[in-house]
Amino acid sequence: MGKWTRRALLSVGGVVGGGLVLGISEIAFAPNRLGILPPPSGDGAMLTVWLRITPEDAVTVLVPHCEMGQGVHTALAMMAAEELDAEWSQVHVQEAPAEPAFANAHVLRAFLPLEIPPLLGRGFDYATFKVAQWVGLQVTGGSSSVRGTGHHGMQVAGAAARAMLIQAAAVRWQVPAEQCIARRSRVLHEPSGHAASFGELADEASRLAPPVHPAFKSPSQYRIRGTSVQRVDIPAKVNGTARYGLDVVLPGMLYATVRAAPVFGGKLAAVETAAVEAMPGVKSVVKLEEAVAVVADGYWRALKASRALQPQFTDGGHGEVDSAAIFAAQAEALSGQSFGKAGKEGAGAASLEHAARQVEAEYRVPYLAHATMEPMNATAHIVDGRCEVWAGTQDPLSARKVAAKAAGIAPDKVTFHNQPLGGGFGRRLPGTFDYIEQAVKIAKAIAPTPVKLIWSREEDLQHDYYRAAFVARFQAGLDAEGRPQTWVSHFNGASEALAARPPYQFKDLELRTTDVHAHVREGSWRSVAFSQQGFFIESFMDELAHAAQQDPVGYRLAALGHAPRHRAVLEKAAQLAGWGTPLPAGQGRGVALVEAFGTIVAEVARVEITADRQIKVHQVTAVVDSGEVVNPDTAAAQIEGGIVFGLTAALYGQITIDKGRVQQSNFHDYPLLKLADSPRVTVEFIRSGAPLGGMGEPGVPPIAPAVANAIFAVTGRRLRELPLQANLLSGKS
Amino acid sequence: MAISFVVNGEARSVDADADTPLLWVLRENLGLTGTKFGCGISACGACTVHVNGAPVRACVVPIATLQGASITTIEGLAPQDAPHPVQIAWIAQQVPQCGYCQSGMIMAVSALLAHNPNPSDEEIAAQITNLCRCGTYERVRRAIRSLAPGAGGSHG
Repeated sequence: MGKWTRRALLSVGGVVGGGLVLGISEIAFAPNRLGILPPPSGDGAMLTVWLRITPEDAVTVLVPHCEMGQGVHTALAMMAAEELDAEWSQVHVQEAPAEPAFANAHVLRAFLPLEIPPLLGRGFDYATFKVAQWVGLQVTGGSSSVRGTGHHGMQVAGAAARAMLIQAAAVRWQVPAEQCIARRSRVLHEPSGHAASFGELADEASRLAPPVHPAFKSPSQYRIRGTSVQRVDIPAKVNGTARYGLDVVLPGMLYATVRAAPVFGGKLAAVETAAVEAMPGVKSVVKLEEAVAVVADGYWRALKASRALQPQFTDGGHGEVDSAAIFAAQAEALSGQSFGKAGKEGAGAASLEHAARQVEAEYRVPYLAHATMEPMNATAHIVDGRCEVWAGTQDPLSARKVAAKAAGIAPDKVTFHNQPLGGGFGRRLPGTFDYIEQAVKIAKAIAPTPVKLIWSREEDLQHDYYRAAFVARFQAGLDAEGRPQTWVSHFNGASEALAARPPYQFKDLELRTTDVHAHVREGSWRSVAFSQQGFFIESFMDELAHAAQQDPVGYRLAALGHAPRHRAVLEKAAQLAGWGTPLPAGQGRGVALVEAFGTIVAEVARVEITADRQIKVHQVTAVVDSGEVVNPDTAAAQIEGGIVFGLTAALYGQITIDKGRVQQSNFHDYPLLKLADSPRVTVEFIRSGAPLGGMGEPGVPPIAPAVANAIFAVTGRRLRELPLQANLLSGKS
Repeated sequence: MAISFVVNGEARSVDADADTPLLWVLRENLGLTGTKFGCGISACGACTVHVNGAPVRACVVPIATLQGASITTIEGLAPQDAPHPVQIAWIAQQVPQCGYCQSGMIMAVSALLAHNPNPSDEEIAAQITNLCRCGTYERVRRAIRSLAPGAGGSHG
């Protein structure tokens, strides 16, 4: 998949001649919402070209987001092509280069209100807040591509180009523009019978000023959006031609692997290298601050040599920490009198004492690794004061900055070639580019020879940026009829407090936070704090229903009087799953409802506890309201995949710490769900017409509580700690 | 050591350490990067290829054991312009997400179907143990079922 570098982008612009290139210039970031300005002519200013139409009718859409299987290249091109009225078979997608002009902030700043909504306000959009913080980044994350770049960018560019093509046709034919229509990459004037292809009109259109406020189609006019267009990235993924970071090959390239300090924060103290340097094929042993790298003529030889090393690392003073101590420190903080408040409504916790009945519970979840199937890797080449890097990342722009710093040169001397990702899930977000820094430093040590750094799976699993281990306590006050009145939660990790707000109505609510962190590296993990809070909140809500002796669905519905979309999602999920209908012995159903990234998802899990106390999830029914669904099949795939991802965490996932280091090392002790354990999944969408919600992450959070609630329905045991399988067997609750 | 074998129908000779896993010979000596590295301990199946028609996990097969063997990788499963029925079904069902595990998944499934064209759900579950972090299993099952004789889901 070729990409336009900055130089190529500008030179392509120069030689287009007969074509139309449409983008946004830096100067366009005025407060003209949903507007667009033409590229400045000839002054060399950088453009964010989003659309290009050649005289041969080829439409190219540049997408400033990475493809990691979520289908974003296809979905964003669909949004542009829809408003353009392009013939889909003539649409091509390219990933935008890693350049500041494609930074999220540039894409979005022109279109979003400048003020950031108050934290925790109802309707406040967590991911938008994150995007607003991502100035200077080119991130794919926060389930934000379609509703951010797509909604505020791609469809604007498409609509503007369509208006310009129509205007060009009207001028050519001397007819009113209002009488012309665009259809499948042609402009037609039906009264006169005139017709011309987009390519034929592109040159003339390129001399027109784009409309500041192009008109959008009404959804009833869509013929691409809302259909299950096949993903453009799939054909290369079934025949081995998709080229991931791991597959990059450069002439004369060497291979490297690393061993990093096993205790986070540790440094390389000493390593004897002579014997290893004499091993066959070994070219160099490179000492880094926190790791030692072996460079060889092949990965296997590098790996063998790295295993032969006996490096000494410091432990940063964390060499005695274990998981029990980490949980204990959090629990102690929760018991203290000092905490932050992430939200308060009504009388807050003070109203608990007036409750007819109080319910309390403590929940905890362990650290989790991302375990992308493609281990961390990067290829780097430093020569003549320039650096080139190839890797799959969720933010090539800040990866480029990391590479520049590691190489000791300016970012504009670095060309970053982002590759398709063999899984992201948050592991390849900014702040987690240690593998790129290492690759560039190794390349610098052996310059001008290019090097591909490949982490072993063991290195990958033990040097992740983990989903935070997390303890939370909940208290609720119920009235005499068992109705929820007061909700108080106290949890660790203040930064993602939005996820802690339950969707249900409470007269009094208080969210308390502490911020205790161990030395273990923490990062964003698909669905971020919604994954932990979703488990806590929806399990505790189930406890309240049980305490009130009410049906879990009915109890939730009664507390959603103010939230018709949530009610509709929950009702439909219950109906489709046959909620309340009889099941074979040993089986039960559990439900959970989570809103995340603007999308509301309810999942009902049908679970069996076998005679040997194995948890078997037979069926998951998911109902999703994301407002609109741009590509139903791709969206369903995201929910299906999110359920499997969340189920791995719910049933098996745990990273434990002993002597300051991660104990798990590969898939034998960090198992992932297999096909044999994978439930049947049905996904239904509700098209409520609400603003577009995200799709990559919202499928994850409800599955853990849905399964835990189903286990309660079968066994009467409330599992308040993940992973469920180990805790069911151990008898913990 | 020098090893001669047949890869995707072509006689090849490589010189590599005897203990080098087939995976790295394919990727680095022969440039066949469609076969992926996932775990190095035969746990994930991303490196699945066919050796003499049987699915094997190339990350743990030393090259020294393959003298004279016939190996098929994802690149050799079918000509680019005439895809294998499994590849066609994979596109029709839109199976891959990130796609990284799918070379191995497709090689495992094509080997299964070559010996058992109509596997039961239990047989599928027992035979297809490749890991997919994106969670495409439901579609993998659907695609396999579409290939059953009489299902009408394949061109093969």
